[in-house]
Amino acid sequence: MLITCPYCGPRNVSEYTYQGDGNRTRPDPASTDQAAWNEYVYDRLNPAGDHHEIWQHSGGCRAHLRVTRNTLTHVVTEVSFARDAGHRKSERHRKPGAHA
Amino acid sequence: MVEQESPLKPVWQPGSHGNFAAGIGVYLSESAPGSIVQLAAWAGKEKAVLQAIKAVAGLKLPDGAGGGAPGEARAAFGFAPGKFLVIDEQEGLAERFTQALDIETGTVTDLSHGRTAIRIAGPKAEWVLSKFFAIDFSATAFPIGAGRSTVHHEIFVHIQRSAPTQFELYVFRSFARSFWQALCRASEEVGYEVQ
Ligand SMILES: [Zn+2]
Repeated sequence: MLITCPYCGPRNVSEYTYQGDGNRTRPDPASTDQAAWNEYVYDRLNPAGDHHEIWQHSGGCRAHLRVTRNTLTHVVTEVSFARDAGHRKSERHRKPGAHA
Repeated sequence: MVEQESPLKPVWQPGSHGNFAAGIGVYLSESAPGSIVQLAAWAGKEKAVLQAIKAVAGLKLPDGAGGGAPGEARAAFGFAPGKFLVIDEQEGLAERFTQALDIETGTVTDLSHGRTAIRIAGPKAEWVLSKFFAIDFSATAFPIGAGRSTVHHEIFVHIQRSAPTQFELYVFRSFARSFWQALCRASEEVGYEVQ
């Protein structure tokens, strides 16, 4: 599996560290909204197909990246610097059936 | 300044080794520069840091990822977004950058004693390095002066191509001896000389 870092170019997956699901929105740290924290910590889309993820190029430029990876084929279709991307509204949808 | 002592000393064996009967494939050496300095620009301040590199080290880096300027006395290259490594054969470079760069522009980290600089040169340098790192070492993909950050298992390294068949490797000092021994072993098949 190759991930094309926007700075370093195509590199083997062994140079990268998975930083988790990129679909989550971290609640305000001061918030005590249990449903929001539950969603942040536990709810996952778990799609069979394109998945938004955060990876760090830990064995390279060390930048954090937003990656779209197909969970069926491992084909990576989109990579950008996490710091440039902000949060994409379209990704805020929940896993079907998740509690409100 | 503190006198530098090479971490390679206990395993340092000058001379020709391995399969060198048909000629030396690579020359391995430790360049031991006086200064290795890392500069990191705050977001949007990259240009100001590049100007400081020009003012302090006299090196003009080309735009773009991994752009660098090679040189015997001084060299520099980008290795990450907004981050640069500057090398000087003289000591005291970090102090000069600290004076030239204010904290609003970026940070200066003196790595002079934290990295070991290893040089690999010769007709088989690309071949030997390709056994360690999964990056393209051809001259078109990795031109002279350019820098790369990569890793050999857990050993992180910054690489600059300093000449058509010559590369400078900057390895964490604590890993340098182990890496050097692996490099020597990998060079046996092409014949190597430690200089
Ligand atoms: Zn990278």
